[in-house]
Amino acid sequence: MNKIFEKGGKLYFLHSTVDAFETFLHVPGTVTRKGSHVRDSVDLKRIMIIAVLSVVPAALFGMWNVGYQHALAVSGPGAPIDILGNFWYGFLKVLPLYLVAYIVGLAIEFASSQIRHEEVNEGYLMSGMLIPLIVPVDVPLWMLAVAVAFAVIFGKEVFGGTGMNIWNPALLTRAFLFFSYPNHMSGSQSWIALRKGEALLDGATGATPLSMIGDGADALANAGVQYGTSLADMFIGTIPGSVGETSVIAILIGAFILLYTGVASWKIMVSSVIGASLVAWLGNVSGVSDIPVLMHLCLGGFAFGTVFMATDPVTSAQTETGKWIYGFLVGAICIIVRLFNPGYAEGMMLAILLGNTFAPLIDWCVVSRHTARRNKKVKVA
Amino acid sequence: MSNSINLKKGLDIPISGAPKAQVSFKCALDVVAVFPSDFKGLTPRLLVKEGDAVKAGSPVMADKVHPEILLTSPVSGTVKEIVRGEKRKLLAVLVESSQKQEYVDFGSTRPENLSAEQIRKTLLESGLWAAIIQRPYGIIADPALKPKAIFISSFSTAPLAGDTAFTLAPEFEFIQAGVTALSKITDGGVHVSIKDDEFSGSAFHRLENAILHSVKGKHPAGNVGVQISHISPILKGETVWTVPVFLVSAIGKLFLKGKYDLTRKVAVGGPEANDPAYAEALPGTPMKAFSAFWGSAEGLRIVSGDVLTGKAVGENGYLGFFDDQVTVLKEGTEPELFGWAKPFRFNQFSSTRSYFSRLCGKKRYNMDTNLHGGPRAFVMSDSYYSAVLPMDIYPLYLVKACLAGDIDKMEQFGIYEVLPEDLALCEFTDPSKNDIQDIVRSGIDIMIKEMA
Repeated sequence: MNKIFEKGGKLYFLHSTVDAFETFLHVPGTVTRKGSHVRDSVDLKRIMIIAVLSVVPAALFGMWNVGYQHALAVSGPGAPIDILGNFWYGFLKVLPLYLVAYIVGLAIEFASSQIRHEEVNEGYLMSGMLIPLIVPVDVPLWMLAVAVAFAVIFGKEVFGGTGMNIWNPALLTRAFLFFSYPNHMSGSQSWIALRKGEALLDGATGATPLSMIGDGADALANAGVQYGTSLADMFIGTIPGSVGETSVIAILIGAFILLYTGVASWKIMVSSVIGASLVAWLGNVSGVSDIPVLMHLCLGGFAFGTVFMATDPVTSAQTETGKWIYGFLVGAICIIVRLFNPGYAEGMMLAILLGNTFAPLIDWCVVSRHTARRNKKVKVA
Repeated sequence: MSNSINLKKGLDIPISGAPKAQVSFKCALDVVAVFPSDFKGLTPRLLVKEGDAVKAGSPVMADKVHPEILLTSPVSGTVKEIVRGEKRKLLAVLVESSQKQEYVDFGSTRPENLSAEQIRKTLLESGLWAAIIQRPYGIIADPALKPKAIFISSFSTAPLAGDTAFTLAPEFEFIQAGVTALSKITDGGVHVSIKDDEFSGSAFHRLENAILHSVKGKHPAGNVGVQISHISPILKGETVWTVPVFLVSAIGKLFLKGKYDLTRKVAVGGPEANDPAYAEALPGTPMKAFSAFWGSAEGLRIVSGDVLTGKAVGENGYLGFFDDQVTVLKEGTEPELFGWAKPFRFNQFSSTRSYFSRLCGKKRYNMDTNLHGGPRAFVMSDSYYSAVLPMDIYPLYLVKACLAGDIDKMEQFGIYEVLPEDLALCEFTDPSKNDIQDIVRSGIDIMIKEMA
């Protein structure tokens, strides 16, 4: 680093930024000063880049799907799959969201690191990757900017930055949008990106299949004339929805990357699926709903949230037992919201935010039990 | 009697430069140093002045709180220099060794025939009392206490550690005598842990007056702290003692031969060591005596101890009292272009699967001292760290309690059971590059201060 950026230098106020760009290009020649003389070659940059890469399949598919859904809505079923054309349409729609999410979020992150005299934490790279994928593609950019600023400042920096936050910043962005600008976040207009002056085809709807589940399986089957709502459609992801959430296949590729590298916890993913299946099955048995269990797992943001957001190591439970409980809670609450709150069917956002809120309590219970058990064992011995 | 402990968690760091099973040379006796800082909890009072003649075993320092605890000179000769630091803090006593070694005679007797009181007295007078480490906190043992038990690990799993089957099997007689002596000063018995895969073939399994345990697993399975937590965890108010196995041999030698002789086979290894092998040396031997293993120390880091817990003493430093290892590493000051962003990084080891080094099988790596990243807040969850800590504690909770200086929480999360060395692997794998051992050490210091 140039001297003027070091402590006492004229441009010291920029040192975090310079350091962030410098270390982005190469691993610096910093050597260990205390403790272990050799260190693992893994660092947060590597972990974050793997997390970001795992989202890429969902993002790419999502961009294509934005174009495809537009084509369906405008020209009806039978619209060409046109991989490049649809992708380009979606790419141009999603790119501004990425630009806004990264520029606003990183600017705040850099400034905060500067104020704390710390190096810039890579955590936001993942949040910024997720945010455009969980908001409606037509969300006005200024709203997104305000929401990102809110989430990063009040969800993260006030707690001390990445690692100290209680809630997942990406979900907080969405929650902020949802509660502040509900008109843009639900209803049939939000989920399909039209050009100016274009109109929906007769009988076509922008409503997502998820918003139909309150009315039962029949309503779901006839959700929109232009797109299919079979299990296969939902698994592949050719349905309207947030950009990244629709394709279960793309999400599973991401899940494989996360699990193979050990970046995310398989316990949270598995227990979340168990929790959701159990509640969905109970809903079926008790007659609350006739949506099949598998359908629930493929619908809406469940898969995306389970794989990429519930597993955030900072905001999820820390202990192994805690992870089982936390994942189960997230999955179960998601389906409970879907079954009993027809007004707003997407339960995953609230389920994970609630799970984040309870994670410290879950851990506290697990750790206290552990301590109590240890003390008891000791008394017996 | 034997108990078997099978540890699943842990990590053997595949660093290159393991020592060959041969003693290359015996370090020449020149100037030997006695460092009070090797002994945690000792406040030194000087007993000699420059120019005094000493024998091997003559006291040079005493503890201010327990004046009966002595530190003695490992060689005979004259006191060359008394090294003081800021505010005249006593740093070291340098003894220039004489040609002919003379030993203080502590009287040779078989320890079976001695009473506990006599054993304590001999250990204190000879300076070998300082070899006893007291847990919790890893401080010098309090002679007024009677510990719950004494624990000895007969092997080390630390990276590039010497093989005790090679270094100590010939000294079996002394180790037996040392174990017998130690068994007299505790009611709880002496627990000796033996490496599982050589249990029946190991010389140590014939030890008497000891309770044997076979331990299997990766590092830190050889750490005595980990073994204690599986044999009999340390509770609040309890104290246990531990003695490194090569010092048990020295204790045996003290009783059988009547002299203070701390000669040990030091494993010299590391990626930058030429022909890594063993060398015989005393504690306080200058690192220069080992320099045949590295030639020029330019750009190298010379560590007294292992790569996880050792001290970077440099080429002008000295071998620590509790060290039987010297590691030679390259200083990793070279920036690595696109390091973290390379898809493969075959020459860098990672315990995670985020690189593909796991696919390289049993490859050994020329590791250097590069930090491989910058310091960050803790991001990964507790289970990431507990994967390399085979103890019944939550490492991240303990570390955070230490950071907060919260005594109740530290107690609750097991501060009595650990020393920094036990969490060294957590520090190694930490992607946030925190100095975990240092954090634990400061937590322990708070405990010592507040609980005294």
